[in-house]
Amino acid sequence: MGTFQIDFGESRKSKIVGIDLGTTNSLVAYMDLTGPRIIDDAEGRKIVPSTVSLTPDGKLVAGEPAKELLLTAPDRTVYSVKRLMGRGVADVQEELKLFPFRIAEDSDSVIKLRLGDRTFTPPEISAAVLKQLKENAEAALGAPVTEAVITVPAYFNDAQRQATKDAGRLAGLEVLRLVNEPTAASLAYGLDKRKDGVIAVYDFGGGTFDISILRLHDGIFEVLATNGDTHLGGDDIDNLLLRIALEDVQSEWSEDLTADSEGVQRLRRAVIHAKEELSFVPQARIELAYKGKTYQRMIDRELFERLIAPVVERTLAPCRACLADAKLTPEQIDEVVMVGGSTRIPLVRSAVERLFKTKPHTELNPDEVVALGAAVQAGILAGDVEDKLLLDVTPLSLGIETMGGVVSKLIHRNSTIPASATETFTTAVDGQRNVLIHVLQGERELVKDARSLARFDLKDIQPMPAGLARIEVRFLIDANGILNVTARDARTGKEQSVEVKPSYGLTEEQVEAMIQESFDKAEEDLRERQVREARVEADNILAATGKAQKSDAWKEMPAEERAAIDAAKRDLESVYNSSDHRVINEKIEALNQATRQLAENMMNTAVRGALKGTKVD
Amino acid sequence: MPILSKNFYDFFGIDRRLTLDIEQLQKRFYELSRQWHPDRFSRKSAEEQSQALEATAILNDGYRTLRDPVKRAEYLLTDEGFPVGEQRSKDVPPELLEEVFELNMMLEELKGGDDSARPQLETARQHFLALRTAVDHELEALFAKYDASEPQSETAKQALHEIRGVLNRRRYIENLIRDVDRALNPAGAAHESVEGRL
Repeated sequence: MGTFQIDFGESRKSKIVGIDLGTTNSLVAYMDLTGPRIIDDAEGRKIVPSTVSLTPDGKLVAGEPAKELLLTAPDRTVYSVKRLMGRGVADVQEELKLFPFRIAEDSDSVIKLRLGDRTFTPPEISAAVLKQLKENAEAALGAPVTEAVITVPAYFNDAQRQATKDAGRLAGLEVLRLVNEPTAASLAYGLDKRKDGVIAVYDFGGGTFDISILRLHDGIFEVLATNGDTHLGGDDIDNLLLRIALEDVQSEWSEDLTADSEGVQRLRRAVIHAKEELSFVPQARIELAYKGKTYQRMIDRELFERLIAPVVERTLAPCRACLADAKLTPEQIDEVVMVGGSTRIPLVRSAVERLFKTKPHTELNPDEVVALGAAVQAGILAGDVEDKLLLDVTPLSLGIETMGGVVSKLIHRNSTIPASATETFTTAVDGQRNVLIHVLQGERELVKDARSLARFDLKDIQPMPAGLARIEVRFLIDANGILNVTARDARTGKEQSVEVKPSYGLTEEQVEAMIQESFDKAEEDLRERQVREARVEADNILAATGKAQKSDAWKEMPAEERAAIDAAKRDLESVYNSSDHRVINEKIEALNQATRQLAENMMNTAVRGALKGTKVD
Repeated sequence: MPILSKNFYDFFGIDRRLTLDIEQLQKRFYELSRQWHPDRFSRKSAEEQSQALEATAILNDGYRTLRDPVKRAEYLLTDEGFPVGEQRSKDVPPELLEEVFELNMMLEELKGGDDSARPQLETARQHFLALRTAVDHELEALFAKYDASEPQSETAKQALHEIRGVLNRRRYIENLIRDVDRALNPAGAAHESVEGRL
């Protein structure tokens, strides 16, 4: 017998989607023949709120339904989880004062969030958002989606990037590339049409701020420098307004709302609404009707601007540092592109215009431009877009701990990635088998001020006198901005084993275990569904049999056949509550067989009856 | 698959000269990026992907090194068997002894809260910047001397030897400028001193 040659060529060409995994909102886009396009969900919405809720039956839901649950089930719902990605408990003390995150007690270098009676890590929460986007894309494209480009703030460090990649894997997506948000935005803007020039991308989103300066040359987008603050965004403005509104409510109602999660969330919604209105009208109303009481307050743009001026000012220092790193003056910037919802605020626009002395581009929807750019990058990876190429940089310097707690820098910030550095290590005592390398990220010179990235343990070093071993360690930052470390014995040329202990974030084993668990869960879900389906079918056939037993055809059946049908019925009823769908299906099939003759007889009776009632001329 | 050269000059396919046309170098960098960037290999085999990663790392490291005259010279010196570095700030070049002594006094005064040292430090800063410019001219001339000589010849070795000395002096001056900058502007100390350009 011949064999079939199965062609996987078509499946390899399945769409790579571009995903903007934002602090507040997320979007998914893909590249069609005309260009990048945002994918709508079943209700025609483009934006999927990055909010996740645990339903009473133990499922994570994301997006608009979860956003509604934020009001009614605030203790099972979480938002702005991007602020916690790749961070430890000690890092987020400031956020905890402002956000209703419920951190589990056993959190440490990886935060665990409490939703109802269960705990989840930030990558698991983000994975729920990604799964929703994946489903939306699959429904719209009519095909499975397994590969994605996901955007991250340019100023994200290694742990934050790794956490994002983990989230992708947990959602069943192979993350082909992490792209920096401002760089993605520049791709979407199509500014390469001007061929040569220097542009700045000012990206002020829900929870993060980035500034990137790029040189465009013939389709090449070369990032010269990047800077930012991964804890600065529209969220901070919301919190300023919320604080005022809470004080008002306290004095008007003589009631402290801070401990009332639902009340706070409703008020938060009201201030966000007012904030958004203030971008278009000179004054807006903050309104809350809650538990039979009402609160109202007008806020005009002047007060609003005075309030948020310090937040806007905080974005300017990174801009100046970025210019200095790119060795450019504001006059040398040809164009400025605005990205992120917070750039709709007039004060933000005027501050940027003043700094760069040029009117910023605001033509594209600032909420969509990053996802559109991610889709363009997906097109580049798929080979569909050939004229464009992104050359990005690492935002933070990479170094190792040396004597006296000093950081020795190996790869400087703003180096084009992939970038590498090689260092040779040796042993300090005779017969030493291990060397521990502490890798740090950041610009500070002392280990205590820099951010620990990981400890790499060079293991199984051949025992020899101190100082004789020569282990060559290669630090390579890949195109995703993630560090890879390899080591070899310089004397033998043999690969040296390295064990990675990340300082923050999940280990490889933990991610694997989570993926396995979700498979197990999926299997469990499938089994459950099969049992439910079997019972529905059993209900149907039992009801049909019961009905048939009242018909004329039943009375005409021989007694032994009627007994057989009764027995088959009892058999099925006895296994009805089994948790194994195969047992139920077996008895359904048996009853089916037993009633075949009865069904045929009934059919004939029905046909006869029908013919009788029809006049044939 | 082609075998990749880890030598930056070979990888860029350019002559081993110390004076380089930066525009040419950038053009070559863009060409090689288009050829090797991992984005171009995302649908290829794992082996090809890892080679692309390897190649781009060499390319980017090479571009960063070759476009900067000082790093370029240090790279070529090391490659030619004239290791550089290590004698960082310890040995004061004799011609700078007196100035360094005075500078340290001023730095101490400022640290002690005496702001009157500030204008003097500003003057010193200008002076060191001028010194650096002079050193850069010196380097330029030596680069030309090396480029004109026969490879591996005595003249070439002599030029490299001299370049190493000048580079050490330059590094020393660079550190002085950094110290002054830090003293004058402690807030900006987190930012590294602006690298000199030839």
